[in-house]
Amino acid sequence: MDSRDSGATWEGLASRDAGSRDAAMESLHQEVMKRVESIGPVPETPYSPAASDLNHILARILMLSKRCPYDDVKEKCIWILRSIQDIGVRIPRPLGNGPSRFIPEKEILQVSKVDARTQSIFEEAFSLGRLDNISLVMGFHPQYLECFLRTQHYLFQMDGPLSLHYRHYIGIMAAARHQCSYLVNLHVNDFLHVGGDHKWLNGLKGAPQKLQALGELNKILAHRPWLLTKTHIESLLKAEEHSWSLAELIHAVVLLTHYHSLASFTFGCGITPDIHTDGGHTFRPPSLSGYCVCDIANGNGALEEMLGNHQATEVSGEVEVLMERMKQLQECRDEEEASQEEMATRFEREKTESMLVTTSEDEECVPSRDVSRHFEDTSYGYQDFSRRGEHVPTFRVQDYSWEDHGFSLVNRLYPDVGQLLDEKFQIAYNLTYNTMATHQGVDTSMLRRAIWNYIHCMFGIRYDDYDYGEINELLDRSFKVYIKTMVCSPEKTTKRMYESFWRQFQHSEKVHVNLLLMEARMQAELLYALRAITRYMT
Amino acid sequence: MEKMSCPSTVSGRTMFCHLDAPANAISVCRDATQVVVAGRNIFKIYALEEDSFVERLNLRVGRKPSLNFSCADVMWHQMEENLLATAATNGAVVTWNLARPCRNKQEHLFTEHKRTVNKVCFHPTEVHMLLSGSQDGFMKCFDLRKKESVSTFSGQSESVRDVQFSMKDYFTFAASFENGNVQLWDIRRPDRYERMFTAHTGPVFCCDWHPEDRGWLATGGRDKMVKVWDMTTNRAKEIYCVQTIASVARVKWRPERRWHLATCSMMVDHNIYVWDVRRPFIPFATFEEHKDVTTGIVWRHQHDPYVLLSGSKDSTLYQHMFKDASRPVDRANPEGLCFGLFGDLAFAAKESLMTGEAGRKPYPAGDRRYPIFFFKKPDVTEQFAQVASALSVFESESDGSSRMDWFIKTARRYLLSGKPFAELCDHNAKVAKELNRPQVSTTWTMLRIMFSDPGNPAPPANHNMSKLGNIPLMNRYSCAFFLSFCPSFHSVFLPSIHSFIFSFYLSIENEETEGSDGQAEYLFGDAELDDDDLYSMEHENQAEEAEFSLPQEAFPLRHEIVDHPAAPEPPAEKPESPQVSGSEAESFCLTPMESFSLISVSQLLYQPQLTPSFFSPVVREMLDHYAEQGDVQMAVSVLIVLGDRIRKEIDELTQEHWYMSYIDLLQRFELWNVSNEVIKLSTCSAITCLNQASTTLHINCSNCKRPMSNKGWICDRCHQCASVCAVCHHVVKGLFVWCQGCSHGGHLEHVMEWLKSSNHCPAGCGHLCEYT
Repeated sequence: MDSRDSGATWEGLASRDAGSRDAAMESLHQEVMKRVESIGPVPETPYSPAASDLNHILARILMLSKRCPYDDVKEKCIWILRSIQDIGVRIPRPLGNGPSRFIPEKEILQVSKVDARTQSIFEEAFSLGRLDNISLVMGFHPQYLECFLRTQHYLFQMDGPLSLHYRHYIGIMAAARHQCSYLVNLHVNDFLHVGGDHKWLNGLKGAPQKLQALGELNKILAHRPWLLTKTHIESLLKAEEHSWSLAELIHAVVLLTHYHSLASFTFGCGITPDIHTDGGHTFRPPSLSGYCVCDIANGNGALEEMLGNHQATEVSGEVEVLMERMKQLQECRDEEEASQEEMATRFEREKTESMLVTTSEDEECVPSRDVSRHFEDTSYGYQDFSRRGEHVPTFRVQDYSWEDHGFSLVNRLYPDVGQLLDEKFQIAYNLTYNTMATHQGVDTSMLRRAIWNYIHCMFGIRYDDYDYGEINELLDRSFKVYIKTMVCSPEKTTKRMYESFWRQFQHSEKVHVNLLLMEARMQAELLYALRAITRYMT
Repeated sequence: MEKMSCPSTVSGRTMFCHLDAPANAISVCRDATQVVVAGRNIFKIYALEEDSFVERLNLRVGRKPSLNFSCADVMWHQMEENLLATAATNGAVVTWNLARPCRNKQEHLFTEHKRTVNKVCFHPTEVHMLLSGSQDGFMKCFDLRKKESVSTFSGQSESVRDVQFSMKDYFTFAASFENGNVQLWDIRRPDRYERMFTAHTGPVFCCDWHPEDRGWLATGGRDKMVKVWDMTTNRAKEIYCVQTIASVARVKWRPERRWHLATCSMMVDHNIYVWDVRRPFIPFATFEEHKDVTTGIVWRHQHDPYVLLSGSKDSTLYQHMFKDASRPVDRANPEGLCFGLFGDLAFAAKESLMTGEAGRKPYPAGDRRYPIFFFKKPDVTEQFAQVASALSVFESESDGSSRMDWFIKTARRYLLSGKPFAELCDHNAKVAKELNRPQVSTTWTMLRIMFSDPGNPAPPANHNMSKLGNIPLMNRYSCAFFLSFCPSFHSVFLPSIHSFIFSFYLSIENEETEGSDGQAEYLFGDAELDDDDLYSMEHENQAEEAEFSLPQEAFPLRHEIVDHPAAPEPPAEKPESPQVSGSEAESFCLTPMESFSLISVSQLLYQPQLTPSFFSPVVREMLDHYAEQGDVQMAVSVLIVLGDRIRKEIDELTQEHWYMSYIDLLQRFELWNVSNEVIKLSTCSAITCLNQASTTLHINCSNCKRPMSNKGWICDRCHQCASVCAVCHHVVKGLFVWCQGCSHGGHLEHVMEWLKSSNHCPAGCGHLCEYT
């Protein structure tokens, strides 16, 4: 099957028209059978090019059999796999359990069955070839997912100041900062697909000088955005023939921040590689234990999951306590007013405390294969605010906010993106089903605001009109550890962390939290970057 | 309100003072002698002296000032001169009494808002009434005699950005919101707003009631617009709209000037503009003093239109005098000139200028003038430079050479690919000739001869052309031949061609001994190609080049030779030129018979030494020349037809530039197909990607009118087939034609068929559709 031919077939499978799906399925079947016959039932050389071609196709069929939103395609794919297995061909099986290591596969895939809207979004994403595991997990919140996909589509496909391969490369750079191999692999494929140069993938050194210059910005934005000054911006904009234009820079900044925060989400939800990509499937027969390798490496087995469930029942009442606290806060706010001094110190306390929340679980972190080459200076990580005596003035959101200032700047230089981001932030911030765990009709705005502001607090962004004492009341320690890890060094997130906060809450609610974290982080980074650009401009 | 001081008593000059910190808002007291500046780290009162600001009072007291001092807004009471109110970023509303004897002037502290308070506003006539609008979506009305608010208004939506009491209606106030809405409230009815309308997309940052006109409200938003609404009617009606260049942070009506208002922006733009709402395209006046965004503007006195105060993020407080403002209209160029696509010319200029000139010089025939006048009535007191412009449109003559018909026809008829090289050249030469462009035509023929591969004769597709396809061997000689015959060509190839011919000539002489010398002599003798002639010809042509009247004598001859010597065309068809110069006259006498013999001669002299690359520099020069002359069409067409033969010779950037220019031209003439073909055939990567961008076509479902976001034929919202043929009721896959009146349609052939027999829409909607 030459590439164009196969492209048409895969596209046919993604069609909404049942007839064309059927036809495509039929041709796919014939193609597979032809190949199988040409290779023979038991290939002597398992790594011949013909065999590896076949394996690619089989991997994709496997993906379809699991992920395709159309049942007819799903069934047919399963049937094809079975039938060729029967004639002695080794077929792949998925590694790991579903799109996320943290959330049972059943629960994720169930979503699309229940919600028609999710289903239709999935179908749309699928037809664009973009139904990845991230989208599947976000499927818990279709309203957000729709907006997310639209933004992503706009950033990568639509007209913009940067050329397509630059966009993907910047995506790779950003994801690599957090050693997020999932996103890197995703974009390496896209990068090559739009005609990117192989050599660039050997590291930033292989890329044009213009992109190399962006490395510094990438580093600072990812770990210590408050250090960003207008001199950084100036050095990018005034580099003679390698200089960036303002519009390009805004595009790049949006991409960088988008991918830093998406890396947070990826780790925070334990997204696994897509089935048809490397590391998403194996041709080896299942081993006895039934664990996949990565689970063992992380010490997460089925056993622990059971343990976790067990614990959950023990700590029942956690939700009720939280709700009670929220209620109290609501009431007592009206009664006694904390003194001004008190308010000012609370922010500082939260800020300093956020760095005492240790992130390192001494987890053995194995940077996956070929990712590390994209970033230099691995030692440069999140450094806590005001540690080592460097005092950074607090960023007052009242003086530079997204709504008033950031939006105008972005929209001016990269039209429509401001609108899309604005919508995305708002949906993430305002998303609520008025439920908490099993309780209905709860106003969660207080909790959401606490999470949002806690994240901004970690970046030194202060809201004058917020009482940071609330954070202490509402967010317990294990939750803070999770947030801190996810936002500052997402690669260190473990399943244990994911499970140890909010045990009674549902997975969809935890994904919701992740969305909040992701958007809050993106906004924080954007605010710093845009403020630096504004300062450069004035 | 009594007029305490008439405008003229407030005198002064443009002046400023440095503040210690960025200002967020400013406000003046009633008698216009003092101004209060508030910001995150500043809260001071300055007295306005004759020529300077003098600090009167610092209200920020205490060792560690609390967040209550961090002001987002400030207002000085217009009735009670000791009373001020501030909105704090932490949600507090604070009132200050300057009459208090101690250092701390704080009087009341209201902490009822949960979020930042964006705006405070005193009632214009009621002493004790204060209104606040906050980020939490609530507005509160305070009675300063009590310790708490008397009523709370819920906007039922996102944060309140501005609240303003109406100047004329005692009970009314307006509130603007972050989601783009504006609400009108009656202060007595806290349960529900009186009316609401969407004023802007995105937040409405500010609003201001007109001081005189009851019911006029100006709003400014993040969408960079200032709108003026008439609220006296049932529905709020937008009566004026001014488009600025950045989001509008503040808007203030100018006192005593009914149509004027001042604006400043929140981001990027640091200037203050005063607009006449009736002339929304150019600011009436601009104040350009600030170095960072202006955060607060206020007219110093409510009856004085000449003094404006402003505070800014750059930590300065300014007093702007109107006489020092810059008037953009003075700098604006009231003349405009534009070329139409088809050679028409539109020209607008100040009326005075136009009449003067018109009297002096009569316009040539073919010019039609459409006088259109733009008038602005002079303001009684203010002189907004009156501009009256006259617009003239000159239409080019229908048959004139300035029309671009030739361009369109050439673009349509040229063949750029799909046939062997020689045929393409011949076709294009023919096209050019038919359009009466002999020079171009000759160039094409030349190119064919130069570059036709002797080893690969073109297949005899066209009986006329085939002859030449088979005798590329004559390339050298016929080349020289043409050069001598076609002086117009000379102008194209100059200057490099000269040396080329020269060396060429010498090389011929050297070769004379080989082959049949005599006949070679004959060729040159006939063509009068000797040194003197070459030189003389050149001088001549240089002179002619200036005038651009191209002698065409050589043309018919060339035609004879190239096409078919056996059947000469009737002389009537030959374009004749009145001027015949010496050498040309001679060449003109060449008969078809002679030229025929020429071919046979050159056949004998075939020497495969001159490769096509030999000509490359010449061709490059030629292309440059054409491009310089503005005929980028020729340059690009030749570039495409020659393809690899020439591409390496011309640097990428130049090629790209030509392509871009040509494509731009084509698209202006709406020659989409040709332009796409050019894009496809180009080899520059920057060009080929042009037709890859923006190729998405968005359609709406014909049933539910929602956007079709997915692939396929079924709308995912109403689950109906979207594009159904109105005639056969099947889904249309492929060409879909629809009526722009009633938006029904279907298969092209079905609709054509239907409308032959009926006038009405096939869908039965009753619309009279038309197919043209």
